[in-house]
Amino acid sequence: MGAAVLSVQGLGVATTRTPLLADVSFTIDSGERVGLIGESGSGKSLTALAVMGLLSDGVRANGTVELAGHEGNLLERPEREMAKIRGSDMAMIFQEPMTALNPTMRVGAQVAEVMRIHGTEPSKAAAKSRAVELLDSVGLPDPANVARSYPHQLSGGQRQRIVAAIALANSPDLLICDEPTTALDVTVQALVLDLIVRQAQERDAALLFITHDLAVVATVCERVMVMYGGRIVEAGPVTEVFTDPRHHYTQGLLAASDLSMPDGSRRERRSLPTIAGSVPGAGHFPDGCVFRNRCEAATEACTEVPTWHDRGDGAGYACVHPLGADSSSGHGARDD
Amino acid sequence: MILPLVRRFGVLVASVVASSLVVFAFMQVLPGNPARVALGLNASEGAVERMTTQFGLDRPLPVQYWEWASGMLTLDPGIEYISKAAIGPQIADRLLITLWLVGLAMALAVAIAIPLGVWMAVRHRHADGVVLTAASQIGVAIPAFLAGIVLISIFAVRLRWVPSDGWVAPAEDPVLFAKSVVLPTISLALVQGSVLARYVRSAVLDVLREDYLRTARAKGLTPMQALWRHGSRNAAIPVVTVMGLQLATLLVGAVVIERVFVIPGLGSLLLDSVSDRELLTVQSIVMVLVVAVLVINFIVDALYLMIDPRLKTGAR
Repeated sequence: MGAAVLSVQGLGVATTRTPLLADVSFTIDSGERVGLIGESGSGKSLTALAVMGLLSDGVRANGTVELAGHEGNLLERPEREMAKIRGSDMAMIFQEPMTALNPTMRVGAQVAEVMRIHGTEPSKAAAKSRAVELLDSVGLPDPANVARSYPHQLSGGQRQRIVAAIALANSPDLLICDEPTTALDVTVQALVLDLIVRQAQERDAALLFITHDLAVVATVCERVMVMYGGRIVEAGPVTEVFTDPRHHYTQGLLAASDLSMPDGSRRERRSLPTIAGSVPGAGHFPDGCVFRNRCEAATEACTEVPTWHDRGDGAGYACVHPLGADSSSGHGARDD
Repeated sequence: MILPLVRRFGVLVASVVASSLVVFAFMQVLPGNPARVALGLNASEGAVERMTTQFGLDRPLPVQYWEWASGMLTLDPGIEYISKAAIGPQIADRLLITLWLVGLAMALAVAIAIPLGVWMAVRHRHADGVVLTAASQIGVAIPAFLAGIVLISIFAVRLRWVPSDGWVAPAEDPVLFAKSVVLPTISLALVQGSVLARYVRSAVLDVLREDYLRTARAKGLTPMQALWRHGSRNAAIPVVTVMGLQLATLLVGAVVIERVFVIPGLGSLLLDSVSDRELLTVQSIVMVLVVAVLVINFIVDALYLMIDPRLKTGAR
């Protein structure tokens, strides 16, 4: 693990009326793989888009986003300069490989383009042959032939490999993956995950991995951040957060996933554990602790925004009534 | 690419043959002998009989069809009943005038609509985009003939910059040609341009929402670069469809503007032939218009094949 590549401090995102993200802070070092988890609508993708400078019109970001090798706050850079950083020093793999590629352009040209934009290859021909090499390195058989194909001639897994090749082409320092395997067949998921992790490691890139699949986080990431209602509610090493969660939301997520039933024993059929209630729409989260309307431990004290309890080394949680042995209050003893 | 194109060409040929049968059949079901129709109710039986034999109107229908159809193929469908003038050259002259008018109007419409439509789409959240979109709605609502009359009253009658009517061939006098063609072109282009701009706007808006445009920006393109390099081709697909329809509409619909500006186009010839009861001429003009529309559709199909690689494989 090396120096910090990405440093996000107090990131907030809002439309003119509705706050969407608040006080999001984290850093990722080079070679580090960090997961960002949470239900749909918790603000994971928005965090990624804010870092990339790809927020849509009418959505504004504040706070600071710093990328190693670039002076100052990325959020204050004009679009023209952000474009130079995107695709070269930071890159992104998107969720939906079926629509992420231009249907009217050969995939080889789409890969070559990202090198021509940033001038990493001296000529069109050089970029083309480098594109074929890249397609080979992401495990596509017969890469020269694939390069001449159009996206509709390829499968979802193949397309996601091409999206990965585009993101990796200029060896970015920061690679953001937004649910890169969610849309793929289960059999292909593991292959693509393995590819992304291996390629990121080869380049010593910092990896921000967004997913709602806790099993994926457990295999891919070293550190994990749990997001809910546009805030990071808990963070820490994957083993610590998954085995000894402090935040009630984290515990709920774990209970709702397979990870909490590792014994493999056959249980009598009953409804799967879920978190009570559903994720409110943007701007309808409660003030104070964003989770308090769904939390069984919530009290009057939760109407204040909970302070961040540091567990050291980037780990911590934001909860007034934390779970776990060292919590004095004894709240949250909850039968599973 | 070649095979689907050949197949569509086959469809074009079959459509032309089928429509020629329909056009011919329509003229036959009109009541009365064409010679009687052309000569009028007061003509003598002898005159009608003479014309009937002269034009072979008493021969079996398949023979008459074949003579007309093969004549159309060699651009010589015959001569008029009364004036005995050759129909082919007349249609050719008039068609050329209409093609000038329609071609210029379409070019102007496209030249206005594409930048305007892109602007309305890109700025759709801003005041200028909203105002332009509303203004284009007015353009859509104004009929071409009304625009023509208003333009004449301002630029021809009041300001006397250009003639109010008439036609000068470009080879004859390029300056006068330009002056005579400018108002009718604008009248036609105003409506079609406004309609097309709205289609361009919605096509670009659709493309702006596409994931691959976000991918393009993530690669390091600015929004306008991404739209140009990755959006233009995809947005062109629905726009080309509308342009084909508009071209066909203009070809047939230009007759109104031809009347307003007293331009001797194909539409005027059609109306004149109808009132002169020259059925063979009417039949031939209708056929020319039908073929033109079919050819436009074929070209639109061919453009699809060039724009969208998903169609090339022939998988539909």
